[in-house]
Amino acid sequence: MARRESPEINAGSMADIAFLLLIFFLVTTTMDVDTGLTRKLPPPIEEELEEPPEVKERNVFQVLVNANDALLVEGELILVSQLRETAKEFIVGDKTFTDESMPEGRATDVPLLGKIMVSKQIVSLQNDRGTSYEMYIKVQNELVGAYNEVRNEYAQQKFGKTMQELEAEDSKLSEDQLKAVKKVYPQRISEAEPKNAGE
Amino acid sequence: MSKFKKKKSGGIPAVNTAALPDIVFMLLFFFMVTTVMREVTLKVKVVTPMATEVNKLERKSLVSYIYIGEPTDLLQAQFGTADRIQLNDAFATKKDIIPFVEGEREQTDPAEVPLMTFSIKADQKAEMGIVTDVKQELRKANALKINYSTKKTDKIVD
Repeated sequence: MARRESPEINAGSMADIAFLLLIFFLVTTTMDVDTGLTRKLPPPIEEELEEPPEVKERNVFQVLVNANDALLVEGELILVSQLRETAKEFIVGDKTFTDESMPEGRATDVPLLGKIMVSKQIVSLQNDRGTSYEMYIKVQNELVGAYNEVRNEYAQQKFGKTMQELEAEDSKLSEDQLKAVKKVYPQRISEAEPKNAGE
Repeated sequence: MSKFKKKKSGGIPAVNTAALPDIVFMLLFFFMVTTVMREVTLKVKVVTPMATEVNKLERKSLVSYIYIGEPTDLLQAQFGTADRIQLNDAFATKKDIIPFVEGEREQTDPAEVPLMTFSIKADQKAEMGIVTDVKQELRKANALKINYSTKKTDKIVD
């Protein structure tokens, strides 16, 4: 059996095999990016109940959602589409902090801007167990949206850039500017402790 | 490529396809690396609600999912239509959430545990009661970074 040359392995079907695998992975692969509203939960409450810090009524923006998905904001029945504007008005408050219906101010050290008056605003969100998740997300979304818009307007006014532009920029200055805006308008969305009626 | 030299000249030479497997393999490896297999079979119907202010979820390996919704049509005969929680591949109750969180933590590099996110994928028709229960359990388990899974939209309707 003297062969003059060793026969080459036929690699012609290699491409077919590779294609087969390729198509399998192409089909199974999911390229979808998961998106969502990122929130931070408050830490668990300690066993020994501390007195909750007192918050003046004028500093609280009360949002209630009932089991029928109706929205009650500061005692008024409104639609979700109106929530953003109402919330923005409250978050910005009035510049002199004298209006009794708007939140109080507190002198705070803010990077780059020095000591300025910052609103003590808190948004309080309370929902019923029967509220639909869709409605809850809408309300959350509008509240986050209100904060984002207020911050954007402030950043535009003070630094001439939107928050996204500041975030995209990677410098010490833009980082400080971001911190400053967040310090002036901290996102305070407080969710009431759920009431357990019959465990 | 001595094989080709031996061919008699004349006629149109065949296109050299020897590099084709290489190209295909390259694509194959790309997809193999980027692919994320769906780890769980969904037992609940989940249509996530819409929102405008969404963030992208990064580092998928650090994200664990909690599904909430009513059982799929096939399972409704057995489990009814009440909203249920699904963890990994099975229905769960809220009591299972703390062990689930612990389990997920054990599988993660200790240095990255603080970065872990729990994504709540709840159906838009689900009631807040069950979602609140899940949130309370997550708080008890000290898993405070959460994400409400939503789809991006341009406008919210009333």
